[in-house]
Order: sequence, then structure tokens, then C-alpha cells
Amino acid sequence: MKRRTFLDVFLAASGAALAAFVAYPIARYLVPPKAPEAATRRVVAAKQDELAPGGFKIFPFGGEPGILIRGRNGEYRALSAVCTHLGCTVQLRPDGQSIWCACHNGLYDLEGRNVSGPPPRPLESYVVHVIGGDVVVEKAKGA
Amino acid sequence: MNLADWLRERLGLEALDHVIEKKRVPVHRHTFWYYWGGMTLFLFGVQVATGILLVLYYRPSADEAYESVRFLMTQVSFGWLIRSIHSWSANLLVGAAMIHMFSAFMLKSYRRPREVTWLTGMGLFVLCLAFGFSGYLLPWNQLAFFATKVGTDIMGSVPLVGPFLARLLRGGDQITGGTLTRFFGFHVAILPLCMTALLGIHLFLVQWHGMSVPPGAEQPVAAPKQEMKFVPDFLLRDLVGWLAALGALALLAALFPWELGLKADPYAFAPAGIKPEWYFGYMFQTLRMIPSRVLGIEGELLGIVGFGLGALVWALVPFLDAPDGRGPRARFWRVVGVLAMLYVVVFTLLVYRGGPS
Ligand code: HEM
Ligand code: FES
Repeated sequence: MKRRTFLDVFLAASGAALAAFVAYPIARYLVPPKAPEAATRRVVAAKQDELAPGGFKIFPFGGEPGILIRGRNGEYRALSAVCTHLGCTVQLRPDGQSIWCACHNGLYDLEGRNVSGPPPRPLESYVVHVIGGDVVVEKAKGA
Repeated sequence: MNLADWLRERLGLEALDHVIEKKRVPVHRHTFWYYWGGMTLFLFGVQVATGILLVLYYRPSADEAYESVRFLMTQVSFGWLIRSIHSWSANLLVGAAMIHMFSAFMLKSYRRPREVTWLTGMGLFVLCLAFGFSGYLLPWNQLAFFATKVGTDIMGSVPLVGPFLARLLRGGDQITGGTLTRFFGFHVAILPLCMTALLGIHLFLVQWHGMSVPPGAEQPVAAPKQEMKFVPDFLLRDLVGWLAALGALALLAALFPWELGLKADPYAFAPAGIKPEWYFGYMFQTLRMIPSRVLGIEGELLGIVGFGLGALVWALVPFLDAPDGRGPRARFWRVVGVLAMLYVVVFTLLVYRGGPS
């Protein structure tokens, strides 16, 4: 190899290495750290007498919204409120018969099954207990 | 030696004189479309000026952003004016950029040697969309919160890189105060930097190559040239347009001050009427109309891949069209241009047709 060529290659390689040393930390810096896995499996979603029959509320559950619905007969059910389409937060229809996402008109039944509109999957259901005046929502076993 | 001469010598202004004296703009029946690049540039200038003023009061955190914009709107003298002009001008800017891009397409200004000018123009257009998307979240209101959620979720369904891209944009898995800070950084630092660099290249190339003459409007070489001087003839006409735009902005801002809406609440349900700014409307409408599954493929995915391929073809058109701008190949691309315009216009209008949301 000519001395000239050697120097050219050496210079290019050093330049590339230097660029990589600068670029790597920047690239890593831009990627946000993984948030600690939401360990929440259980949360107090409401007080027992907070919701009138036919009412609903959105509650925080491990960093994501959940929806707590009180049926006409006073029974509770809880589901994830994150629409399976593009992640908007769902609400209970005023008629109390279905769950609705306003973003693209996605419709679910009260079990969380996707009935019409774009949502591709049902909403995740949670288990509800009423314990000493609190409505406690829990992730189903194995979920 | 007076001060002007003293400066001319120090700054080497003779070279500039030469450029100014020589710059000409062709005159033919399509000359009108040459004004739209300048219009886009003017509106970008308005964005920079008003944007810098907004930064003086704006606070980029989930606890303070909404309140700081409300303070700006209600307490700061002319705060409503500055914010409304920034918002309105953003919309007009994207509109002007669209007109500029489509007219360059139809006039086939991308032909050799202006391929790189076209590519940098495409890049600038994408940057404008990114400016709009990142700015929209900054007031931290309900509408913006969910529009950003949907927008980043769509990017999350891009094949392979999607989930990574969504996390990178949001600064995490959810839209949080961290996302707001990040979008602020994009909006006022990273994007302006990229924009300035790319705009510099674009303008340099426009200056370097001169204005193109569309295939149908070329004149015989022997005929006297139909053209006007850039300074002062064309520039003065530009100024008339800019003055009209400034008047329109003042009128829009005064008659329709930009709304603030309700503060974003991650634990409130999405209100009806979530839609993106109009310039994302045709994509929004398309995604809404694709069924959730087509031949076993998720509709979302199909739409996104389709848009990606469409943008790629659009960018590569200088290399696909006939170099002389004549013949069946040139006609084919003219038809493509017309169809693309029809698609964008019709689908944008469909968003506002009312009916079921
Ligand atoms: C250097 C240039 C710019 C700076 C420093 C800047 C700065 C800002 C700031 C501080 C805000 C938040 C205040 C508010 O929301 O009212 C904002 C909002 C916004 N910006 Fe910019 N901006 C710049 C350029 C642009 C450009 C080129 C666009 C073009 C698309 C744009 C579009 C928007 C939009 C749509 C909003 C949201 C307006 C609202 O709803 O309040 N900005 N900008
Ligand atoms: S996000 Fe719920 S229907 Fe699209």
C-alpha cells in the first residue's frame, strides 16, 4: 500500500470512529428510559356510594385510564378505557347500554366486546370487589 | 468616502449587485404560480417572528403550559393577537406550501437540473407538517392531547420501526408532560434548525438554476425573451401578495381568535369532535374509510404503507418523468398530478361534510 493511500484510509477510519463516538451517546440519549413496569394490579377506583346507578367514571390504573361503570341495578364492572383502535379514552353512552369511543366512532358492548367501528379487539376486563366501602379493581389472574 | 461606500467595500457588496442585476423571472401564462414559493417564505417569517414572541411567555410543562397560554390570551397585551396569528399563519403556511408544491409538479419544474431542488422542497414540506403536529400539542388542551395520542399511535403501527418511533416521539409509552417537553424541543429548536438549513439549500438552488419555464410555455430561441427583472419588478409584486397575506392574518386573528378549549386531562374521556388540523385531514379521512381488515391485513397498516409508498413516488417523480417534459410519459405524470390534487381536495372536504363522526 502506498503511504498516501494508507494515510487516506487511516484518516477516514479515524473520522468514522470519532463520528460514532459522538453519535452513539446522542442516539442513546434520545431514546427515553424504560419506565419501571407498572406493577399496579389493584387499585381503589371509587368509594362505594360515589357513582349513582347508570353512572361511570374514568380512574387511573397503573398509568393508564380505566373505566368503572355502575349498572342500573347497582352492580359494578370495570374495563380498560384505552380504545383498542388508536388509544383514545372511551366513555359510557348516555343510554347506559354501550361503551363508545368518540375519536372514530368505535362501539363496544358492556362486556367490552368490539361491536362496530374501527376497534379491532375487545377492551380488557378487570375484576371488581367491593371491600369495606371501597370499589377495588384488580387485573384478572394471568392478564 | 461615505459610510455606504465604506460598507460596500468591506462587505463585498459588488458581487451581490451583480446577482441582483442579473436575476430575471420568465413571463408567460403560468407566471402566477411563481409567487407561491415567496408566499410560503413570507409566512414562515411570520411564524419565526411570532413564535419567538410566544416563547417569552410559554412554559413547556404539563402543569403550566395550559395556564401560561391562558395567561397570554387574557392578561398579556396583544397576547391573543400574537397567538392567533401564529396559529392562523401556520395553517396558511401549509396551504401555501401545498399550492407551491402542486404547481411545481404540474409545471414540471422538477426536471433536470432541478431534481435536488424538488427533493429539498419535499423535505421542507414534511418539516412544515412536523412543525404543525408538534405545535398543536403545546397548549396542552383536550383536543390536542387526543389528536397527538391518535397521531403517535398511527406512527406506532408503521411496520418494524413503529413502536420504537412512537416511544421516541412521546418520550415514553404514554402522552405525558415528558411528551410536551419533547415536542417543545422539536418545535422551537430541532425543527427550526433543520428548516433553516434545508431552506438555505433550497433557496440557493432556486437562485443558482434560475426559474424554470414549463414545457408548454417555452419560446423560440430567436424571439426576444419574455421576462421581468426580479428587483424591483417581481419583488414589488411579491410584496403586494405579502401585504395582502398580512392583512388576511390580522383579519382572521381579530375575527376568529384561536380557541384554547379545556385543559388536557389524561383521565378524562375523549370528547366528540377529535380531529387533526385540516392538513392531516385527507390522511385521517382515508384511515377512517379503510375497513379494519382488508384481505386479512390490518386496514391501518395498509393505509400507512400506502401513504409511505405514495410519498416515495412523489419524491422520485423527477427521475420517473420524461426529461424533456413531452410525450405520453409526461402526459401520464400530469394525470397523476391532477388525480393527486383531486384526492387531497375531495378527502379534505369529506372531513368537514358533517354527518356521522
Ligand atoms: C422558529 C419558529 C417557531 C417558534 C419559535 C415557534 C414557537 C411556538 C410556541 C412557543 C408555541 C406555543 C404557544 C401556543 O400554543 O400558542 C407554538 C405553537 C404552535 N406553532 Fe409554532 N413556532 C415556530 C414555527 C412554527 C411553524 C413554522 C409552524 C408551521 C406549521 C408552527 C405551528 C404551530 C402551531 C400549529 C401551534 C399551536 C398553536 C396553538 O394552538 O396555540 N410553528 N409555536
Ligand atoms: S381511537 Fe377509538 S375508535 Fe379510533
